[in-house]
Parts: sequence; structure tokens; C-alpha cells
Amino acid sequence: MDIAREVLNIVVVGHVDHGKSTVIGRLLYDTKSLPEGAIDRVKKIAKEKGKPFEYAYLLDAFEEEQKQGITIDTTQLQFRTDKRDYVIIDAPGHKEFLKNMISGAASAEAALLIIDANEGIQEQSKRHGYILSLLGIQKAYVLVNKMDLIQYSEEKFNNIKQEMNEFLHSLHVYPLKYIPVSAFHGENITALSDKMPWYKGEPVLEAIDLFEKDKGLEGKPLRFPIQDVYKFDNRRIIAGRIEAGTLKTGDEILISPSNKVTKVKSIEYWVEKDKTESISAGMSVGITVEDEFFNQRGEFISHTYDAPITADTFKASLFWMGKNDLVKNKEYKLKLATQEVECEIYAINKVIDATTLENLENASQAKTNDVAEVTIKTKREICFDEFKNNQNTGRFVIVDGYDVCGGGIVTGLAQERQSVSKFSKQDDEIVVKCFDEYYYVLSEGGIKKVEGVPHSFNIGDVIPSTGVTYEYPADFNVVDIKKRLVAKIRKSKLQDITSFDECSYESIPSIDPQGAFIKIHSAEDFTKFAIDLAKLQQSENSKIAAFANEWFDFMKFRQIRYLNETKSLEIEYQI
Amino acid sequence: MDHLDRLEAQSIFILREAYKKFGKLGMLWSIGKDSTVMLWLAKKAFFGHCPFPFIHVDTTHKIPEMIAFRDRMAKEYNIELIVHKNQEALDAGMGPDKGRLVCCKALKTDGLQQVVTKYEFEGLILGIRRDEEGSRSKERVFSERNKDSEWDYTNQAPELWDQFKTDFPKGNHIRVHPILHWNEMDIWAYIEREKIELVDLYFAKNGKRYRSLGCAPCTGQIDSNAVTVAQIIEELKNTKVGERAGRAQDQEDSYAMQKLRKDGYM
Ligand SMILES: Nc1nc2c(ncn2[C@@H]2O[C@H](COP(=O)(O)OP(=O)(O)OP(=O)(O)O)[C@@H](O)[C@H]2O)c(=O)[nH]1
Ligand SMILES: [Mg+2]
Repeated sequence: MDIAREVLNIVVVGHVDHGKSTVIGRLLYDTKSLPEGAIDRVKKIAKEKGKPFEYAYLLDAFEEEQKQGITIDTTQLQFRTDKRDYVIIDAPGHKEFLKNMISGAASAEAALLIIDANEGIQEQSKRHGYILSLLGIQKAYVLVNKMDLIQYSEEKFNNIKQEMNEFLHSLHVYPLKYIPVSAFHGENITALSDKMPWYKGEPVLEAIDLFEKDKGLEGKPLRFPIQDVYKFDNRRIIAGRIEAGTLKTGDEILISPSNKVTKVKSIEYWVEKDKTESISAGMSVGITVEDEFFNQRGEFISHTYDAPITADTFKASLFWMGKNDLVKNKEYKLKLATQEVECEIYAINKVIDATTLENLENASQAKTNDVAEVTIKTKREICFDEFKNNQNTGRFVIVDGYDVCGGGIVTGLAQERQSVSKFSKQDDEIVVKCFDEYYYVLSEGGIKKVEGVPHSFNIGDVIPSTGVTYEYPADFNVVDIKKRLVAKIRKSKLQDITSFDECSYESIPSIDPQGAFIKIHSAEDFTKFAIDLAKLQQSENSKIAAFANEWFDFMKFRQIRYLNETKSLEIEYQI
Repeated sequence: MDHLDRLEAQSIFILREAYKKFGKLGMLWSIGKDSTVMLWLAKKAFFGHCPFPFIHVDTTHKIPEMIAFRDRMAKEYNIELIVHKNQEALDAGMGPDKGRLVCCKALKTDGLQQVVTKYEFEGLILGIRRDEEGSRSKERVFSERNKDSEWDYTNQAPELWDQFKTDFPKGNHIRVHPILHWNEMDIWAYIEREKIELVDLYFAKNGKRYRSLGCAPCTGQIDSNAVTVAQIIEELKNTKVGERAGRAQDQEDSYAMQKLRKDGYM
């Protein structure tokens, strides 16, 4: 075997009984890809069951499948042509097994959509076409099968071609070829059929060699989601698979969403021959980095100049295969690359019947086998790309209970992007304005506030403790008097968020979420502050100013700088 | 990346997912070529370490060379080895003379089930491949088993985009299949490339060798003069005989493996 050969995964889809398994079985048979005895075994089974011989039995291995003459679950078989190796994926056509069809199709790069010439286009012919478009499979041929049943009629073939093209084009799926075949009789499978002299194209076997494989992902922006961090020996290895791009020893990298920057110290290996200075898309690797931050599964490593999107709200198209309906305001688990996060369906913008393309606007639920356009809100910010820019980091699954129940692709950002910065730990959240900058703008003759880039800081994240117009110490507390929460910053990292009631006096400064110093200098001050705060909470809002004037010193850690005019005031965190 | 690089990278990704997701994880090591390749892949995935135990379900009908090889490799690779026998069945005289499938069920399936229960495994890594036989060709990479190790094969959970099944009720476990996508030839080409040491039985002596290793009474040898991995690869290129043709339990009836595997067989 030549290991440098190319491999292409092709899925075979279409309505139930239209001949998917037969096409594959026949291809394997005609290319002599079957082990000795396989055909004899199928003949024996057919005889035992008192049924005619079926090529489909070569794939439909379960007793239940053979008994009912139906594919239940997907399977994969390998065969080869002179040009390359193929993994050919059989998918079930019955509506009830759509989840299995998707499980098979999801790993394919190209597709053969089978349509029974006699029955014509049916419900699953269309639904599968739709699923292909959602999975991003753009290379497809339509095989019009069982031509023997329509006397190899060119006219009927053309009618099906026209009707299917209309449907698929509206989904932006453009089949590259239509091939008339009779799988059972082997017409136009490996050689051109003399029964259809009017067909001027290639037989299936030659046609699949014409599928052009996708270009590698090495040249795309680097996406390296952390899978795990190992400390088996004195090395602290960040392990994972590179989903796109290329990474080299010494490269400066950004870790998102925590926004940490460091450099690749080494690329690790076990056997000497695997030693390398450069790793790229598709590889399962391990690296060490120069600054030993706290890293964890789910974070994305990228180059500093090409970061992924970080957000907690986005738009997606998804297909639903759960037994229970997909509904709004219910907690689901979302898995995207190695990230796992709780999420809710913020809005169901549209539910689409995948077979009629009818839209239902503002539906409140999507049922099994539906396709929907939704807005998803995750509990914390996650990293991703739009599917059209990067398939691997632009798709996700939704888990309901124990099972994956939906799969989706990110189509864009929602309008309501996060607009504030916050510290968060699970359900506790403090909105902070302490990283805003204040300038006296000479051209306007007044003080102007410039907000920091909105960002969520989680436990362990480095925070921007020094800005242009503010400077906090490395260790301090942030006290949210409304929520009675305290965020503890230690060595410029968010260490913890606790309830105010669990805190006692510490000899480090405290600020409020606006950045004002809280005038606590001793344990007695702290006790008095706690009492005043308790009183404040029982009185009306009008007392807040008095409280603030007594306790807050807004300028202690700030200064106001002069500026000629407010041009290019967007600031980025320097961490 | 070439073909073997891609297979290896995918297997390592799967092993790392299993290690991350399951607190109680073990790898089944049958001493054969496939699970020895998996052992090698685990060493690569974890940079020379093996952070979970290896399990050998010993039927006591194994060929003696296999046991010697097992114990030597376990030392050399520095792995934690759990050897388990279904002692009760053995004491009651279980053997292939009681019927091949009955014996397989008692000594392998039930033996395995006992290990799962005893160590409360949540994840079991197994070296099966799709190209071996029909019911394996329909497997998922992460495949759930209930508390009795049964496989509900007509209602498998969706698995897409490498998002594997990691949520399940307590008491169930997941069979993890890191080399499901490899074929027999890939295994040999990889052994050749990586120079992985195998038990001698795969190489011809006096014109015969084992192509697939199981228990002594139920595994036949094939005619062969292949004494190196390269020669085995050459031999496989020219054969049309199925890999498991020498495995008696597969031949019993058309759905023998499906039935065994439904009850928890590997
Ligand atoms: N006349 C005729 N019958 C065919 C042809 N191809 C397949 N069939 C028959 O159509 C029936 C269904 O074929 P399968 O290959 O099982 O169909 P499938 O699309 O795989 O079905 P599911 O997987 O269950 O969705 C079988 O009885 C086949 O023998 C053909 O070219 N001509
Ligand atoms: Mg089928």
C-alpha cells in the first residue's frame, strides 16, 4: 500500500429504498474490493431467509436490517481506484434514522444523492439534500437509479434532473453531475452502459475520481483548541489537535478567551523520529509555553494577529434530531471543539420544513427532523469562527439529557453583543467600569469617558490592572455593594468571587466596580463600612450619594490626562 | 501528513478525549497486534506515560507465548496491568468443548463484565476495527453499554464532528474505539513504520503463522512463509481471504458476532 495516497470520504444519501446500499455493494463487487466468501455469505443468507440476492446485504450487516431489507445504521467501507483510496459511507434513508444518516454524512467531503427513477423525488431526497448543505458538503452528484424500471428513458431522467436542480439550487447546492444508473444490474457503475447510449458522461467509478479534494487547512489562521493539560513529569504539556493553521516553536500565541499572550517554548514528542519544529492542521500535538499561566481545556490558541471570535451570543442554523422538541429558555449543553458550556436558545427565528422549504417565523419550538435558524446564548463567552470561514471551529452540537440532539453551524454574530466588561464565576457576575479611561479633551473643553473593550474575565484570568489613566495595585478587592459580592484580585489575576458576608478585613485596598478606592484603612473601618452598607440597603436610593461621598475616593488610583481631541479613542487591554 | 499520520492523529485525539472524560478508564489488551498498536498510540498520546490500567481478560486458553510476551511488555512499557479470569466458570470446567459461543460468552464477555463491575469502569478502550466484521462496521467511536454491558445497536446515539457521547446514566459504561477507522493493512504498515514489537506468533515458523490471535483452541494458523512485517504486508496484498477466517466463533452462524457483541463481547 502506498501511504502517500489521497483519501476521500464519500457519503451515499437519499430516500429509503432508492438503492444506496445497492450502489455501494455493486461498486465494491465490480471493483473486486470484497474479501473472499463475502458474496457467498450473502447468497447463503438470502437463501436462509427465502429472499432474492441483495448487494445491500454486504453493508446491511445486522440481522434486523437484512430481515426488513432496510438500512438502520450507517457504516463505512474502504475501496480504491488507481487514483486514490475511498471511504464510502452508507447512510440509512428511513426518516426515523435521520440521526444515523447525519452521523455518517458528517464525516464526508463529497456525496452521492440517490433518486429512484421510478418513484422520483421523495421527502428524504430533499431533506438529505438540505442536510448536505448544512454540513457544508458542496461536492455532490445525483445518481438517478433503477433506470431499468423506466426502460432507460432519457426523458424521465431529464425531468427528475430538472426538478431536483430547482430544489437544490435554492439551497445553494449545485450538483456537479447527474448520472443515470441501474445499480442492481451494474449499468453505468464501473463502465458505460450500452442501454443508455444517450448518456454522454462518465460511469460512477470514473466520476468519483473527478471530485476535487478540499485544500488542506494548514494555510488558514491557526486554531488550536486545548484538549487537556498534562503534568505527568516535569513538563507541563498543553495537548490538543490543531484544527487549522500552522504553529512553530517560538511563535507568539494568544490564548482566548482569557486573553493571555505567551510564546511556544517547545513541541513535545515521545519517539525521537516525531521531533519537529512545526505542526499543522490535523495533527494531535503537545506544546509547552514560556509563561506558565493556568490553562484549561476549551481555551483556543491562535496567533496574536488572527484571533477567533469571542462572544456569548451568536446566530446559527441547526438541525434537530432529539425526541423532545427544541425549545426556548431551557438549559442545554453546547459542545464546540473542546469547549463545553451551558446555553439556551435565546430566539427561534425561523423553523424550516426541510422538504417543502416552508418557513415558520417566530416558532416557539423545533421538532425532530426540523431545521431551524436560531440565536444561541451561552452562559459564558466562548471562542469560535463563522462556519463559512472555518468549518472545524464553526460547528457545534447540542446535548439534551444524555444525547447529542442537534448539530449546528455558526452563521454570524447576533446584534446584541456583549457591551460591558464583567468578572464572572459560575452564576456570580460583577459588571465593572474600573477599566474605563477618563480624559480631559481640550477641543471639547470637558471630561470624556472611554470605555474599555467589553470582556468577560473568568477565574484565573489576568486583568488589565494598569491602564493609561488608572493604576491599581497587584492585589486588591472589588466590592459590588449592590450585589454584596467581592472579587479578589491577586497578582493581577481574578482569583475568586465570594459573598461580602464571608469577607473580613484585609490589609489591601478595596475599590468599587467603578474603580473608586473604598476608604477602609483598618479593621474598625471595615466593621463600620459593613454596618453602613447594611443600613444603606434598608434605605432608599437617595442615600447612596451620601454613602459614596463618605466612603469612596474616585481619584485615588486614577488621573485625568489631557488629550487634544477624541480621535482613535478605542482602547485595547494591554495585558 | 500521510495516511498513517492522519490515522494516528485521530486515534490520539480519541484516546485523549477518553482520558479527559472518564475518571475510571481502562484499556483492554489482548496481546494481539491491534491492541499492541493501541498501547503504542497511548504512549504517544501521553508522551511516554500510560495514565490508565491495561486489562487482560485471561481465558487460560491463550497460547503460552502470549502470556510471556504480555508480562515482559508490561514491565518494559511500565504499565499497570490488571489480569482477570472468570474463575467461577473455569472452576465449573468451562471450555470450548461446551460450545464455542458458550465458552466465549462465559470466559470473555462475562469475564469482561466482572472487571467492569469490580473496578467500576466508566470507559473501556478496545481495539476493534470496522473492517473486521459486520457488527463492528456499524459501531460508534464512543459506544454506550448498559449496566449488563448490553449494546442497544438498533438505537445508537448520534455521533458527529468528533463530539463523542460522554453523558450517560451511572452504571452504564462507554466502549471507546480509537482504531475503528483503521484496516488490517494500516495496522501492519504502522507496525512497520514505528517498529513496534509484536508477539512472535504472527511470524511464520515451519510454514505456518497466525494472522489473528485469539484462544488456542479456536484460532487457526494460515500457511505462510512471512517472517518479517514487510513480508506479511506483501502477503496481505495478494490475499483475498478475510482476516478472521481462522476465528471459529465468527463462522458458527451468520449473526454469531452480532449476538455475542450485543451481550457485551468486545
Ligand atoms: N430494479 C432495480 N432495483 C434496484 C436497483 N437498485 C436497488 N434496487 C432494489 O431496491 C431495493 C432497495 O435497495 P437498497 O440498496 O437496500 O436501498 P437503500 O437506499 O439502501 O435503502 P435504505 O438504506 O433502507 O434507505 C432492493 O430490493 C434492491 O435490490 C436497480 O437498479 N434496479
Ligand atoms: Mg441502505
